[in-house]
Amino acid sequence: MTSVVRRSDAAPHTGTGVSNGAADRAPARSAARRNASARSGSGLRTALEVLFFVGPALALFVVFVVWPVARAVQFSFYRWKGFGPLEDFVGLRNYVTVLQDDVFVAAFTHNMVIIVLSILVQLPLGLAIALLLNRKIRGQGVLRTVIFVPYVLSEVIAGVVWFQLLQPQYGVIEGILGVVGIPGPEQGWLGTPDIALFTVFGVLTWKYLGLAVLLFLAGLQGVPDELIEAAQMDGASWWQVQRRITVPLLGPTVRTWAFLSMIGSIQLFDMVWILTGGGPANATTTMATYLINEGTKRYNYGIATAASVILFAVALVFALLYQFLVLRRDVAEADASARRGVR
Amino acid sequence: MRRTSVTRALAFGAAVAVLAACGTGGEESPADAPASSGAATTITWWHNSNTDPGKGYYAEVAKKFEAANPGVTVEVSALQHEDMLTKLDAAFQSGDVPDVYMERGGGELADHVEANLVKDISAPAADVISTLGGSVAGWQVDGKTYALPFSVGVVGFWYNKDLFEKAGITTPPATMDDLLAASDKLRAAGVDPISVGAGDKWPAAHYWYYLALRACPQQVLQDAVKSLDFSNPCFVTAGQELEKVVKAKPFNRGFLSTPAQTGPTSASGLLATGKVAMEMQGHWEPGVMQGLTADKKGLGDKLGWFPFPSVAGGQGDPAAALGGGDAWAVSKNAPDAAVDFVKYLLSDEVQKGFAERDMGLPTNPSASGSVKDPALAGLLKVRDDSPFVQLYFDTAFGQAVGGVMNDQIALLFAGKATPQDIVAKTQTAADAEK
Repeated sequence: MTSVVRRSDAAPHTGTGVSNGAADRAPARSAARRNASARSGSGLRTALEVLFFVGPALALFVVFVVWPVARAVQFSFYRWKGFGPLEDFVGLRNYVTVLQDDVFVAAFTHNMVIIVLSILVQLPLGLAIALLLNRKIRGQGVLRTVIFVPYVLSEVIAGVVWFQLLQPQYGVIEGILGVVGIPGPEQGWLGTPDIALFTVFGVLTWKYLGLAVLLFLAGLQGVPDELIEAAQMDGASWWQVQRRITVPLLGPTVRTWAFLSMIGSIQLFDMVWILTGGGPANATTTMATYLINEGTKRYNYGIATAASVILFAVALVFALLYQFLVLRRDVAEADASARRGVR
Repeated sequence: MRRTSVTRALAFGAAVAVLAACGTGGEESPADAPASSGAATTITWWHNSNTDPGKGYYAEVAKKFEAANPGVTVEVSALQHEDMLTKLDAAFQSGDVPDVYMERGGGELADHVEANLVKDISAPAADVISTLGGSVAGWQVDGKTYALPFSVGVVGFWYNKDLFEKAGITTPPATMDDLLAASDKLRAAGVDPISVGAGDKWPAAHYWYYLALRACPQQVLQDAVKSLDFSNPCFVTAGQELEKVVKAKPFNRGFLSTPAQTGPTSASGLLATGKVAMEMQGHWEPGVMQGLTADKKGLGDKLGWFPFPSVAGGQGDPAAALGGGDAWAVSKNAPDAAVDFVKYLLSDEVQKGFAERDMGLPTNPSASGSVKDPALAGLLKVRDDSPFVQLYFDTAFGQAVGGVMNDQIALLFAGKATPQDIVAKTQTAADAEK
């Protein structure tokens, strides 16, 4: 579902990062031995070199990530309107307020619903389309582009377009359904509390399916042809090849995609904000819309930062659990193969 | 980019501190300079009239003030409204507030006063304050005046005269029953009666505010604004009256997700394009509708206005109006010339020019006769004849309370909250503020 470009190349990076690290260690060690025998001053030089190259990135990271995170944690312990001095220390009360707020609990539930729906709907759909597009068919390139275009569109533009399409009474979608004889819901697709979240999910699927398909297609290129040919020689049908060989070998890609999708779902904001603003009747709030609403709309910055810290914690716990329970296997395999490669 | 919310909120925190550092440094020079040299003073002025005629008029006003006050320079920033609000938020956070800026009064102003960001101008502007009379009340905190309102309007129904005629409605509804009867007639004539931008919440909330205004005696309301005590049963009555209105289904289809004034399918857009017969909105509506139609005319001559109808059995004054406006405030560290400039902005001369250009509803009585637009002139009369103008509750109570109140009212529109919920949740939010 929603995800970051930066993340998508960061995730495979951890894999290669580990292997590179292992591969580089050997020459580095021998170099270190050489240096030690030469002069003790060069150790300091290496340290300075490292500092010189890492310093700027580290400074940026501290200024724009570490320090703001620390400040947010600090704000979350105060009752603060966003201006004036920080003086009304309330301890953990903001956290209690947030966790006891029905709206926040509902928002958290909506995030979870989106995660589950993404896996249940987008995974099979994305896999099916990727398998189809992997076959040699006419117009393959065009079809791949068509599937991927929504992902390239700016989220805000896509949101505004869908908002207009989904308008009750005057929207294109209702117009088309009207021709077939299906009346739209009384309050419209985005205005009916029971349907709104699923409508938003539908738009999200349209938007992010392309990424899933792209990743799966990339993964499919890594499935060796020999395996498939061998299976075909043994008389396996197309279905059997997909089920027994292609899909299992796609495992690591699927697991990476699921991770991206999950983190994106937890942080879901823009599309919801544009389509519904969290409404109607709080039916589509997410943790992120909750905190923006409390912060920039109501000037309850203490509560907003407390919610942001909770959101951060939830995302962190999910990420760590997933790394530990699911992705560890992939990383361990990559590590092992890398080590084998060094020897 | 997508790590968004957390990082954004946090990065914003960083920006605040950085700005704070710059702010204190930059602020001192203009404040100190006039004291020592007696010459060269610069006043920064932010306003939201970023289109003509307002933009040109304000530039002219600034030039005139400069000419009359040698050594004073007015640095004018004409900002788009939403931009201005965002920039003002950042300015308040950093403490580097423009010398003259817009205040909407109520709880928001009280917060700014508490944070020591606004100058008390009761003494230097005493003469102007007495000219403006009662409309200044919304910008007073503990008896001190912190800003001078230059435009105060009231909320009422804007309607399409042609569609009313088509449905056979000859006189604008005067009571709630009339209004609901009129909407039935409109429905029968195939016209959606009323549009409401409940997606943005505040347009829906205005219904509850007005019904509270009709249900509650003036004293109860004015006490509630101060004490934040909503225990009087009339507040529940307001919600019950609102339930009746919602049940009668006078609103456009999909009103729960309709935005207030963005795009042709917004509540204002539907009225401007003749898709609905009426909408309850503030005095800015004609201007908004002009921007939403291709010919930039809105409904033109077809547009009419009538006040919010009376409600049978209500304890409130049927002539009481809900409204609000904009005022010029002077920031704490601004030079004295800024106060003079604000007084000049409220002078007969400037207010008359303001009214002639239909830029708003002047507060200076001498300019009342200069409003040209007939609908606005009618609205001005209702404002001046009303026993009191209640500031929009969300502004009056501040967003921390008002936001919760609006949320609950929007929930009632969706059938997900009861009249009691509105009062109870608002009270809880108010108690947390005390």
